[in-house]
Amino acid sequence: MNLNHIILIPLIPLAVFLILGLFYNKIKPAVSGYVGVLGLLISTSLAFYSAYNYFFVIGKTEGVYQTIVEKTVWMNFTDSLHIDMGILVDPISVMMLIVVSVISLMVHIYSRGYMKGDPGYTKYFAFLSLFTFSMYGLVLATNLFQIYIFWELVGVSSYLLIGYYYTKESAVAAAKKAFVVTRFADLGFLIGILIIGYYTGTFDFETLNNPEGTSILNWASTSFMGLSALTWALVLIFIGGAGKSAMFPLHIWLPDAMEGPTPVSALIHAATMVVAGVYLVARLFPMYYFIEDGFALNIVAFVGAFTALFAAVIAITQTDIKRVLAFSTMSQLGYMMLALGVSGYEGHEGLGYMASMFHLFTHAMFKALLFLCAGSVIHAIHSNYLKDMGGLRKYMPITNITFLIAALAIAGVPPLAGFWSKDEILVAAFEHNKFLYIIGLFVAGLTAFYIFRIYFGIFWGKEGAYKNKPHESPWSMTTPLLILAFLSIVGGFIPFSEFISADQAGFETHMNYPLAAIAVFAGLIGIGLSWLFYKKENELADKFANRLGVLFTSAFHKFYFDELYLFVTKKILFNIIARSAARFDKKYVDGTMVGIGNQTVNTSEKIKGLQSGKVQDYAFAFIAGAVVIAIIFIYIWTN
Amino acid sequence: MIPGISIYEILTVTSILFFIGVYGFITRTNLISILISVELMLNASVVNFVIINKYLFPEVLQGVYFSIFIIAVAAAETALAVSIIINLYRQISSVEVKDIETMKY
Amino acid sequence: MDILSLFIVVPALTVLVLIFTKNLKQARMVALAGSLVQLGMAINLLFSYIKEREINEAIMVFTKDVVWFKNFNIHYNIGVDGISVALLLLTAIVVLAGVFISWKMEDLPKEFFISLIVLSIGVYGFFISIDLFTMFVFFEIAVIPMYLLIGIWGTGPREFSAMKLTLMLMGASAVLLVGILGIYFNSNADGGALTFNILEIAKVNIPVEAQRLFFPITFIGFAVIGALFPFHTWSPDGHASAPTAVSMLHAGVLMKLGGYGVFRVAIFLLPEGALHWSWFFIILSAFGVIYGAFAAIKQTDLKYINAYSSVSHLGLVLFALLMLNKTAWNGAILQSLSHGFMTALFFALIGMIYGRTHTRDVTKLGGLLKVIPFISAVYVIAGLASLGLPGFSGFVAEMNIFVGAFEKDDIFYRIATVIAVSAIVVTAVYILRVVGIMLMGPVKNEAYLNIERVRWYEKLGILLLLLPIIAIGVAPLWLSEMILKSLDPFLKGVL
Repeated sequence: MNLNHIILIPLIPLAVFLILGLFYNKIKPAVSGYVGVLGLLISTSLAFYSAYNYFFVIGKTEGVYQTIVEKTVWMNFTDSLHIDMGILVDPISVMMLIVVSVISLMVHIYSRGYMKGDPGYTKYFAFLSLFTFSMYGLVLATNLFQIYIFWELVGVSSYLLIGYYYTKESAVAAAKKAFVVTRFADLGFLIGILIIGYYTGTFDFETLNNPEGTSILNWASTSFMGLSALTWALVLIFIGGAGKSAMFPLHIWLPDAMEGPTPVSALIHAATMVVAGVYLVARLFPMYYFIEDGFALNIVAFVGAFTALFAAVIAITQTDIKRVLAFSTMSQLGYMMLALGVSGYEGHEGLGYMASMFHLFTHAMFKALLFLCAGSVIHAIHSNYLKDMGGLRKYMPITNITFLIAALAIAGVPPLAGFWSKDEILVAAFEHNKFLYIIGLFVAGLTAFYIFRIYFGIFWGKEGAYKNKPHESPWSMTTPLLILAFLSIVGGFIPFSEFISADQAGFETHMNYPLAAIAVFAGLIGIGLSWLFYKKENELADKFANRLGVLFTSAFHKFYFDELYLFVTKKILFNIIARSAARFDKKYVDGTMVGIGNQTVNTSEKIKGLQSGKVQDYAFAFIAGAVVIAIIFIYIWTN
Repeated sequence: MIPGISIYEILTVTSILFFIGVYGFITRTNLISILISVELMLNASVVNFVIINKYLFPEVLQGVYFSIFIIAVAAAETALAVSIIINLYRQISSVEVKDIETMKY
Repeated sequence: MDILSLFIVVPALTVLVLIFTKNLKQARMVALAGSLVQLGMAINLLFSYIKEREINEAIMVFTKDVVWFKNFNIHYNIGVDGISVALLLLTAIVVLAGVFISWKMEDLPKEFFISLIVLSIGVYGFFISIDLFTMFVFFEIAVIPMYLLIGIWGTGPREFSAMKLTLMLMGASAVLLVGILGIYFNSNADGGALTFNILEIAKVNIPVEAQRLFFPITFIGFAVIGALFPFHTWSPDGHASAPTAVSMLHAGVLMKLGGYGVFRVAIFLLPEGALHWSWFFIILSAFGVIYGAFAAIKQTDLKYINAYSSVSHLGLVLFALLMLNKTAWNGAILQSLSHGFMTALFFALIGMIYGRTHTRDVTKLGGLLKVIPFISAVYVIAGLASLGLPGFSGFVAEMNIFVGAFEKDDIFYRIATVIAVSAIVVTAVYILRVVGIMLMGPVKNEAYLNIERVRWYEKLGILLLLLPIIAIGVAPLWLSEMILKSLDPFLKGVL
């Protein structure tokens, strides 16, 4: 298969980044917007073409979608270990190409309207292209080190974009926090990679993931503290993924990342970068499943489920709409991890895998839409907070409708996209672990509740105190909203399991009507409750919050994890360790050296008295020395 | 060879002379006195040379010859020392040894 | 004149011509011309080396041997292999960048450039020497001008810093001399003449007790200049007080003499000693890596932060060298090169910021991204390179080191490796802290709104250093292959 067009997909945004970056001063802002959009339009078309080509023209060989790899050696560590650069084409990478392209294109178009007039316009589009390039590289990676390289690049793009409003101290702090937390997770990732490299002798995905290959078959040959070394590696790699995907307890950076411009939040922190962790586990799924009988996979499932619940509970209480959406993303990512964790491998048993990828796909659509709608609202009234909003449906009809569609999608109301993917996740959980299913179901209800809470809070209820009459956003912003809304409606009808499955063979799914009904019912309860509480202005919500007392306050403060982390880093790491290190170095280590110098000077001061300038002292020394030598000489002579 | 007196007695005398000279050199405060002590030391060593020559090596005369050298050197050195002292006196108007301590740390 | 001796003759000629210059303009022109010629020679050497390697399999090529002191068997013996060629190129680039950065050195420009070039003579000579004594002589030539350069043209407590730096490094050379003499006097174990020649000594088996005795001595002698904990304290004060070009040259090039010396002399000639003592120095260097990173977090002086950062990065070089395998050694050399460019770039940027704002105190600076965008943007890029971002040379070097270190599967090495790897997080913290406080945020001082933008010669200096970082980061294969091939003969001793 001719893969040249796939290689172009990441290279075009890279070229855009370089052009916009190098000729920063000479390009007019409007032009850079067009260049960015154009570049992405080409990449998106190529992505769709590749998908069509891969799934339909080439199709299955012997019932399985083939993995196609083109790579070249980038650096040699030893004769056998090396880092390659290349592209790996298989069902999930092609799917991700589409997701990244579509969302990035929508965000590019939207940003032309949202960021209009901003002084750093060209810089913004340059960074967006850098991010898109890095994300493409990540999904097309052929080996662990290549994915790590693009992983870091994605992290840097996120840092640059979160810190876009760099004169705001909170934005700078948020960017730093995001980078450092994910760096900490990447430490685990790197150590996991090193372990895998050492014990299996390769970094290559094809070789590692081969169920009949030595990496998987010989997992029990090395053991460390009761578990196979490879299991440790997989857990460490999951830690890396957990950092990027904001799993508990590495989630603290995501809410703060909302300091970035809203289209950035839509692209990076909703649809693409944060799913990198899920994608990583999916990419290594055969290893996760087969090694140590899926030990690492259980950890993935429980962490995912816990995060989903944790984030949903917090989301109910937040008053900044972007933060609600951030926690919502965290919760949905938890769903994706949960789905992977409960998945099997062969055919229908790989339902969880398929469901996870399906949810990734649909979630990208409606979550990006939610963020872009939120951006539209924020753009209109210049505030993020619910208390400043209300009754906007009269002024912003398109935003209203599209938000509603997205909210229905995420709540899991059929026939929108979210229903199909979330349902598959719940079915997979039900078949594997009932406890996780209950959690998943409860979270579904919470999801519907919090999303409609903000929907009603923004578009219904008492009108906020608007200084100027809010108006609908320009066409550059509403067009992507409409397109994404359309996708959120029809996206669920794609027969996903035909294309995406753990063993790449595709399978048929059948609707589990009872479970689907229960899930929809949970969603409807959530919507109903929030209708009661929030559609019209009333005291119910506050009374309920007061009844819950401490529980509510701690959820509102995100269970004080930010404070905890701040305490550990500022008080312990910075003040105790870093300051002591610096002081120890200055006082003791340097002090020793300077002390040696001072001692030398002191000794010299003391013995300089020997040069007294008195002739008689010199004569005395002379005589004394002569006598001593004479005595010694006589002594030797007589013996 | 002086009959009746052994070499040890004479060497004792010269040693006492020598160490009187040393004592004088180290403790006197007047430069001239120091010079006199130096003379004492030198002359004690001259006597030593002659006595050892006479008592231990009576056939040869090297010791006596060398003592002439020492006397000549002592005279020259005294002349040199006195000229230095005179120049010094012209600078600092004193012949006390405690006034010439400037060449120190 | 053979191709290598030119590396010493050309700077010597530059110094000679500099003596006759009368003012800043002439001095800097001469220095610029000299460094450009040097750079040209270094690039030419690179290509000649690659061509020569296809036909010549000897350990060192382009060798030359002239007897210097016959009685002690001291020769002026020079030669290069892939590693030396790369380091010579690093030196040439950093010296040229340093000349650009010193474009406006108003006091005593002639003497300044003379001292700088003399320092570079020492460095070039060190990299091309194969004879231990000649190597030591050039080492001294490289260290001594530091005293003048910091003491006369420095800032702050410059006499104190200059004295401390020079005395500590001279102390290290004294220790080193003991080590070298120890090697020399044991170089005839199989019967035969005593020799200072590295290649000859490597063929002889120095007795094991002598190796175990002299390895720590030689190692410490070299490693002090490579900022081994706890002998690194000359570095923060020294760099803080030194003028910009001197910091660039010192941190960028001189500190690499340590790692190079450890590799060429201590490990190559005393492999049994290395195997015996490696655990001890691994503990020291791994500790230094994390310690330097933590100490950098709370510093307020930009140059101190960079100095502790160097302690951390160079600790990795020594750490990797002690792992005694090819991948780690490749990483050590790459890290020497990468860190050389990066730290020279950092010091250049810090010098530019200091020259404009007259403070190096991070807490007083703020919002510089708005007023000097080019310098600030490059600072951010350099910072990202320093924390090991892929696409820059730091990543390539560090990954080689970590993979190489991981090849040793004893639990002791694993723990040391994990400690060294975890420094990537701490590095991110201190780098981003500085970037956040100094470059981002609101402009802290009204006066900063009027500082000048970057000038042409500063831009040239910056680009000269930035391009190799990116080049090695994006396409490392040719360089790592060149180094890997040169590493083979050195492995035989330690296997």
